[in-house]
Amino acid sequence: MNAINPMSQYLRMDRIPHIWCSGCGLGTTVNCFVRAIEGCDIPLDQISVVSGIGCTGRVAGYLKLDSFHTTHGRPIAFATGLKLANPKLKVVVYSGDGDLFSIGGNHFIHAARRNMDMTIICVNNFTYGMTGGQVTPTTPIDAVASTAPYGNFEDPFNLPYLADSTGAVYVARWTTFHVRQLIKSMKEAIQKKGFSFIEIISPCPTLYGRRNRLGDGLEMMQFYKANSTIQNGADTRDAVLDFKGKILCGKFVDRERPPFLENYNTKMAERIGPTFKPYEGVL
Amino acid sequence: MPDAKRKQPRGVTTINVELCKGCGFCIAFCPADVLEFSAEFNSKGYHPPHAVKPEACTGCGLCGLYCPDFAIFGIVIKDVA
Amino acid sequence: MKADPRGVLTGAHFLDGDHACCEGAIAAGCRFVAGYPITPSTEVVERIATRFPAVGGLFIQMEDEIASSIAIQGAVWGGAKAMTVTSGPGFSLMMEHIGLAVMTETPCVFVDVQRGGPSTGLPTLPAQADMMQARWGSHGDYEIIALCPNSPQECFDLTIRAFNLAEEYRVPVLLMMDECVGHMTEKVVIPIADDIDLMARRYTTAKPGEYLPYHADSSLVPPMAKAGDGHRFHVTGLTHDERGYPAMNADAQEKCVSRIVQKIRGNADKISMVEESETEGADVVVVSYGITSRVAVKAIEMAKAEGIKVGHLRLITAWPFPERRIRELASRVKAFVMPELNYGQMFYELQSAIEGRAETYLIPHGGGTVHDPEVICRKIVEAAKKQPGKETQR
Repeated sequence: MNAINPMSQYLRMDRIPHIWCSGCGLGTTVNCFVRAIEGCDIPLDQISVVSGIGCTGRVAGYLKLDSFHTTHGRPIAFATGLKLANPKLKVVVYSGDGDLFSIGGNHFIHAARRNMDMTIICVNNFTYGMTGGQVTPTTPIDAVASTAPYGNFEDPFNLPYLADSTGAVYVARWTTFHVRQLIKSMKEAIQKKGFSFIEIISPCPTLYGRRNRLGDGLEMMQFYKANSTIQNGADTRDAVLDFKGKILCGKFVDRERPPFLENYNTKMAERIGPTFKPYEGVL
Repeated sequence: MPDAKRKQPRGVTTINVELCKGCGFCIAFCPADVLEFSAEFNSKGYHPPHAVKPEACTGCGLCGLYCPDFAIFGIVIKDVA
Repeated sequence: MKADPRGVLTGAHFLDGDHACCEGAIAAGCRFVAGYPITPSTEVVERIATRFPAVGGLFIQMEDEIASSIAIQGAVWGGAKAMTVTSGPGFSLMMEHIGLAVMTETPCVFVDVQRGGPSTGLPTLPAQADMMQARWGSHGDYEIIALCPNSPQECFDLTIRAFNLAEEYRVPVLLMMDECVGHMTEKVVIPIADDIDLMARRYTTAKPGEYLPYHADSSLVPPMAKAGDGHRFHVTGLTHDERGYPAMNADAQEKCVSRIVQKIRGNADKISMVEESETEGADVVVVSYGITSRVAVKAIEMAKAEGIKVGHLRLITAWPFPERRIRELASRVKAFVMPELNYGQMFYELQSAIEGRAETYLIPHGGGTVHDPEVICRKIVEAAKKQPGKETQR
């Protein structure tokens, strides 16, 4: 049988095989993303993917969608402009923990505060993989990294709590083991109006996994399977991740708040009066 | 679980040997234990999977969903009347 | 194409440079501005925020200059003409993203209303000390276009020109104002929309699936696309091939970067704009730009009253630098005098173009105020009267 992988219509097959390591979970997240967008009622031409720099940042280059590989930490700011110029676009930011929460932290909290209509997919492998495995703001205490050779001692971010407290209307966490839940979550997040956030715990076997003796990609996946609990609606304050500890997964937040543009148009109409024509994009 | 009376498998996997990076996800997460690492290896030196129990394949597609390298996919075979 | 009358405030106005810049942007079709407050540029975005709702634009005050400088690029890829506005410290923050716009060939406008530096410097007072930063501030090899208005009227006119150049060459264009020009109030005449010529963005006519985002013809400028049109293109700041895919090798670097450089360098004569006055037959030519050019005009008048044959060459485009014209003049002129509101920046470019064929005199000034025309006049006279062979003091 000469079948073609059904994934291939969504991928730039001329760039496959990709650069990710054996056992890296990024490709798994891409599978889930593709299934999710297949299941939405959104024309693929209208979906734009924006990424930053890092291993996760390379996702944009492999997807056969309008995609933008921008600067380190700034995909959310770029995505803000893209979405506001053409609000009909469905904008997805796909980037890593270091990119989004270290250098990109400020842009994350403001887009969440504004409830920008976009979906943030954060692949959290607890490290800066591309540059050789440095510590990030999500690295658990005691884990080692190339810039924390004696073990990290800083309290990491609790990403679902951060997203929740800064105003995200959809917050979920899954691991790359939870492929079915991830597809469903991605679909919900993409279709939801407002600032949606999904954290995906994913293995980096070459750096984070190897240095911390967590095994290869499969062993890390099996750890996720054995140590995660799903608690939809859990309090995001309980989503702290300890080194080799339990992983709280689930859809934690799903609420309503007017997204940025709707809010802008409503308030402007109230304040300026009938002469104000609602903004619907530049074209 | 596979139906013992069924003469034909309900699903089939297709493996692109050259894309495989031997991570083992498909083998570990196949609910029907269809796959094992083969003794063969590809040009990069990885051992790709092969179906050791093809008759048990249900075409659930989990192998393809897990595969980070787009190297394998499973589909349901339409019944031939 | 002509300007959209909805955005053109036709008439004679009494505006300062910052306000005129805002009107120029709106007349040019800019409908997305992302900015962050910084003296002395803030008035530009304040006026934008007030004017945009009525003309169908969207202003967003981003969390910082870094976000502003990339939000405008996202907007461009969504189909907008977009601009951001800042001053020295913000300009420094924006450097990485100026480089991104260069590399991805994203047409947009960056306005720098220069103030005293370095660092926090003199927020409310003029300087012209970001000129070299305008040329070289981002890392890597690139060419840039930078314009220097010397009046509120020019702030209006040159903002439109900046947008047009950005579209023509698919490059970020810098409008190098200064605090004096930005805060001085003068008559600004805004014509009717039909008298304002705009450069439309050149989009690809290729069918989806056939578009090569970075394939250019002999113009060296590839046609653009925007998200949502079905081209499914990829844009990256990494060195890339014609498909827009990362291609990290020396060969790709040569192809990618040399075209980006050459598309400006090869068109330098077309892009370059100077204003000359009595340079033919002059013994001394004063070279100046921005607010300093207004003082230079006074100084030249004073020197002519003393019988000196002096002309004026004003840089309207500082970058690309008008090397060819300077070189032409250098063979016929005795000396060039260059006052700048800095300790010497464009002066070195001038010297480099002159290649020793004429004498050069820098009149530096740290900023905070403008030059005393008397000081410039004295230097003009000194330059005119200097006997060859004697040492020049700078």
